[in-house]
Amino acid sequence: MKGVAGRIKKLSDSIGKPVKLMEVCGTHTVAIFRHGIRDVIPKEIGLLSGPGCPVCVTPIKDVDAAIAIAGMDGCLLTTFGDMMRVPGSKQSLYHAQAEGAHITIVYSPLDALKIAHENKDRKVIFFATGFETTSPSVAGTLFEAERTGADNFYIYSAHKIVPPALKALLDSPDLEIDGFILPGHVTTIIGTQPYEFIASDYKIPSVVTGFEAEDILLSIMMLLDQIASGRAEVGIQYTRVVKKEGNPKAMSLVDKYFEPCDANWRGIGVIPGSGLKLRESAGNWDVTRIFNLELPDSEEPKACLCGQVLRGIRIPTDCRLFGKACTPEHPVGACMVSTEGSCAAYYKYSGVIRH
Amino acid sequence: MCLAIPSKIIKIEDSRATVDVYGAQRDISLLVLQDDVKIGDYVIVHAGFAIQKLQEDVANETLGYFNEYLRLTAAEEEGFTGQPAKKARKRVKKAK
Repeated sequence: MKGVAGRIKKLSDSIGKPVKLMEVCGTHTVAIFRHGIRDVIPKEIGLLSGPGCPVCVTPIKDVDAAIAIAGMDGCLLTTFGDMMRVPGSKQSLYHAQAEGAHITIVYSPLDALKIAHENKDRKVIFFATGFETTSPSVAGTLFEAERTGADNFYIYSAHKIVPPALKALLDSPDLEIDGFILPGHVTTIIGTQPYEFIASDYKIPSVVTGFEAEDILLSIMMLLDQIASGRAEVGIQYTRVVKKEGNPKAMSLVDKYFEPCDANWRGIGVIPGSGLKLRESAGNWDVTRIFNLELPDSEEPKACLCGQVLRGIRIPTDCRLFGKACTPEHPVGACMVSTEGSCAAYYKYSGVIRH
Repeated sequence: MCLAIPSKIIKIEDSRATVDVYGAQRDISLLVLQDDVKIGDYVIVHAGFAIQKLQEDVANETLGYFNEYLRLTAAEEEGFTGQPAKKARKRVKKAK
């Protein structure tokens, strides 16, 4: 990779001014720290984290709703483990579980379905969080639920869609981005077409990227190459997995059960068309149709900068709670909760930060 | 959360498969996979579902990086002695 690092340096010199690249995906944020990428690229290249951690952008209201469901008689809430420690308005799922709420962690939504089959006397609800990487797994589980007849299985959909969030970022006047390191596994599903607007409407380069050190360095090189030559395209570095057309079978299964809706992103606000809700025809799986889950809106903790961190306007160390009132053991904001949150990554790898 | 792991298929039964990841075995669903797969293929697995077939095996993938590395190194105007190519070939051999 020495050759790539050298090439990055040459391209950076030829550009002749600082550039800001945003890695959209939380898995990239962690990989960049873990591989020490910042140490091998010129200081003129700034890497910013974006809103790419689904745990971090799930609003307080959804966490509160999940807790409310878990507390109802005859209900069992199933969730990915990542969601357990996210602070709601009063407590987290983890705290609710300690107080007796019925919550089970699963690795796959299929495990949740299995629990539903084994507990016919209870309503089993899966807290469906995640981006386009994850929604096909939930759609696939609903297909299995339909096939096997699980009428006590439900989901609470808090799914998010990435491209509308990127558009919202690009429309924000505070943000200046020269290139996007695009998420490899989200794009495995949706392909490159949904990102074309970044090149055509905003003239900004982007590259779909894998998760190894070599992947990220090659992607940075490809982005700088576009910037240096004044091009703006949606490139693919992660070619061993990502196809231009994505995974049409996964997308059509998602489309069978879900439709886009406006969604609230924690710390950012409502972004049009950036969420997924169950279609009318799939309403029998929707937990919000059997329970009244009207909950009050909640405010973010005071002084927490998560919203600005998620939009790439501030970095975690700008926050006065960072590492003091807010730590991975006692998170205040959502970015400190998930291991893939920007604040948690900065905290874990502090000492190697450079911008 | 979007972590997905390359896993080798060791058994297929209808739309289910057993995969091996660094020696650990687990059952996954092939329901959302676009391409047909056979035993020995690698797939990317997320939350219990194979979401894509890997285009090449891991050894070839490594080779791909090094090919890119060699191409770029060769493209450098100065300092190319052939030495990196030798080193890279050795490492590719090792990776296989």
